[in-house]
Amino acid sequence: MKRRQLSLDDIESLAVGAWILGTGGGGNPYLPLLNMRMLYKDGHRVELMDAADLADDDWVGTVANMGAPLVGQERLTDSLTLAKAVTVMERHLGRRFAALMSMEIGGANGVRPFMAAAHLNLPVVDSDTMGRAYPELQMTSVAVGGLSGDPVSLVDVRGFESIVHKVPNWKWAERIGRKICVEYGSVAATCQPPRTGAEVKQWGIHGTTTKAIALGTAVRKAQREHTDPVAAILSVEPGKLLYTGKVIDVARRATEGFLRGIARFDGIDDFRGSQLAINFQNEWIVAHRDGEPLAMTPDLICVLDTASGEAVGSETIRYGQRVTVIALPPTPIFLTAKGLEHVGPRAFGYDLDFRSVFSS
Amino acid sequence: MRRIGIDVGGTNTDAVLIEEGKVVRAVKAPTSEDVTTGILDSLKSLGSTGVLAGKKIDGVMIGTTHFINAVVQRRSLTKVAALRLGMPASASLPPFCDWPEDLAALVRGGVWMVEGGHEYDGRLFMPLDEAAVTGAVQEMKAAGLRSVAISAIFSPLDPGHERRAAELVAAVIPDAVITCSSDLGRIGLLERENAGLLNAALADLARDTIAAFETAIADSGIAAPLFITQNDGTVAEAGQARRLPVYSFASGATNSMRGAAYLSGLADAMVIDVGGTTADVGQLKHGFPREANSVVKVGGVRTLFRMPDLLSIGLGGGSHVQLDPLKVGPVSVGYRLLKEGIAFGGRQLTTTDVAVASGVLNLGDRKKVAHLDAATCKKVFDEAARLAEEAIDRMKTEAGDVPLIAVGGGAFLIPEKLPGVSRVVHVEHGDCANAVGAAIAQVSGECDQIFKDLSRTDALAAAQGIANDRAVAAGAARASLTTIESEDMPLAYLPGNSVRVRVRVVGDVAAG
Repeated sequence: MKRRQLSLDDIESLAVGAWILGTGGGGNPYLPLLNMRMLYKDGHRVELMDAADLADDDWVGTVANMGAPLVGQERLTDSLTLAKAVTVMERHLGRRFAALMSMEIGGANGVRPFMAAAHLNLPVVDSDTMGRAYPELQMTSVAVGGLSGDPVSLVDVRGFESIVHKVPNWKWAERIGRKICVEYGSVAATCQPPRTGAEVKQWGIHGTTTKAIALGTAVRKAQREHTDPVAAILSVEPGKLLYTGKVIDVARRATEGFLRGIARFDGIDDFRGSQLAINFQNEWIVAHRDGEPLAMTPDLICVLDTASGEAVGSETIRYGQRVTVIALPPTPIFLTAKGLEHVGPRAFGYDLDFRSVFSS
Repeated sequence: MRRIGIDVGGTNTDAVLIEEGKVVRAVKAPTSEDVTTGILDSLKSLGSTGVLAGKKIDGVMIGTTHFINAVVQRRSLTKVAALRLGMPASASLPPFCDWPEDLAALVRGGVWMVEGGHEYDGRLFMPLDEAAVTGAVQEMKAAGLRSVAISAIFSPLDPGHERRAAELVAAVIPDAVITCSSDLGRIGLLERENAGLLNAALADLARDTIAAFETAIADSGIAAPLFITQNDGTVAEAGQARRLPVYSFASGATNSMRGAAYLSGLADAMVIDVGGTTADVGQLKHGFPREANSVVKVGGVRTLFRMPDLLSIGLGGGSHVQLDPLKVGPVSVGYRLLKEGIAFGGRQLTTTDVAVASGVLNLGDRKKVAHLDAATCKKVFDEAARLAEEAIDRMKTEAGDVPLIAVGGGAFLIPEKLPGVSRVVHVEHGDCANAVGAAIAQVSGECDQIFKDLSRTDALAAAQGIANDRAVAAGAARASLTTIESEDMPLAYLPGNSVRVRVRVVGDVAAG
């Protein structure tokens, strides 16, 4: 099996890139990054492998944290608890995993599999199931592919272990898992439904860890050399610059357990006189410029701090911030009719036909 | 009301006397190595015309960069015992885990983590392990540690475990100086804990510095209580500032903006404070600078301090000027202006030289800059104005034109008309705006907390009540309290209509 060891510098870049791919949600990867710094200091190392190098009958564990990002800022998830979510699942299945992978490359969950992998001495597959961050479990490539949504293990740092053993679909996995998570204190380390090597090869979104590292490396290099970080991002990814402006209003409301709302921007530089509005449900979902739809899910809408090139999240975006908005292309899996049913604008309640910013 | 405001800056220590709302006298003295001498000199100079003779002073308000400099320069820091209540959570990220190694090596006296802490909704996360706390304190005592920083999970919501642990510390180490992270506010364990650790590291310096300030005031013959200005434009009584020195980290820029508001009479405006090397642009809302809401790094340590949101650009009275192609700043001659500027016999063309040539300033020798014709001067001023305009546009949060107050020694670079600005206000004593801001500082109270199962209105009212009580406890007159910030954020994923509310109120210092 071909594997490549990641340097700590790769992981520093991964954290910056994963936050950009978080498209406003997924939580800031700073705390997982700190964990990785500590693990590397203690001599742990992690390896990345390609999905193509998995055997069809290998089993792969999908690692993610579930919960409110705010709780995660007080109850800091430690790496051993994530590793335990994996071993609890292995015990439940009576099988060992050959590798781990990310559920969502976007945000903090893009780094967390590496925290578990460092303890378990397992490689991490260079694939995920969203290619970004999304708010719900059925918004994954594996759900679009019709793969099963159970079992799920949920672990609390105080030693609680739960398994959601059997559910009819992903929506139920989300509902029951969410209840357990809330009782834990709105934070749980989880191992998502196990996947075979064959399933990962067919339904995984490939190369996303490498993509996040490339994005982060470009931004960090631009920061060091005081060059334009947004131009650096667009030089490594086939993205599109949509807008430059500053935040003039943010309205947020919590509904059905999500942070929904709208952020409004006033254009500066080339966009002076032009208004932008982006609706969010944890992640940036639909952007309108001067009243006309400009970009929408599943295209990745990334709001970046203009000066640093780092991502700006929907939970922390604030008045007066100077931002640049870009779009990045989504995985083709989400562009199919079935894919758009799961993650297109209508899946978020917007009566819009999907039109990609990359189609013209 | 009669107050003295002092701003101890890198170059000058400015002092102003304000009587019944008017600046009576403003002076500058060089900042001294020991800080205290500079304060004493400026106070002597302030009183040299007899304006202070026989008069009762209600307060001396000092703004200082002393504490932040100690952290940045890694000097005069105290070894700290870190006690975290929250096991078994967060074990892989212990206190000091994201500090620069050199600073951690100086400050880290030891780390103890025991069971305790709360959930976001006030439930217990784990009961406080009192036996483990006492065991830890005995080890701290054996190690000779006196400054203790205590942090607990979700302590801004329920400080009970931190308070109880503080009692247990004091029982074993009676002269311990204890910092509880809940006194430092915000949600975010690591950042709040970092603030607590920095605060504990400043314990000895704060005690000595504030004692020295008190001595300087007494030696100058002034009988008045001492207040220290804080990052957010308010003051703390000397006793509280001694206990929580981190709140006085970055008061200079804030004082300038507050002074600008006061001298101009405008409460909502943009401010540009043009110094020798840089210009800081900020926005006044209700007479206070808009705060940065994100993580602020101090000496390499991540914190969530209340700091003003500022954009600094390389434009000032000492900025280098290059004529072909035209370039103004960001390099500056800084405090060497009076040696290196052409009008003063030096060789470097600066913005001040251009102002002298065009007759805007009457400094140095105008003949030495006679070669600069009116068209050239205009080009330089236009470029400076363009830089200022761009920065102001970036900091503005309203689409319409807003007034701009120009203060600081380099304020001459700001023209009377700028695009996006309704009018430019230049004020008398604008070069001492920072000391004026210190003199007029108020007292604040803040609440940042998660409320559950309350309507939005009730949650805001509850937060307001808590903030009011905190302001009064800090020395404010209750009748003078006004709310200057009120912000609520519903929380994704948390059940039961959870909302995080942040309210900040300010009021005048209660008459003692």
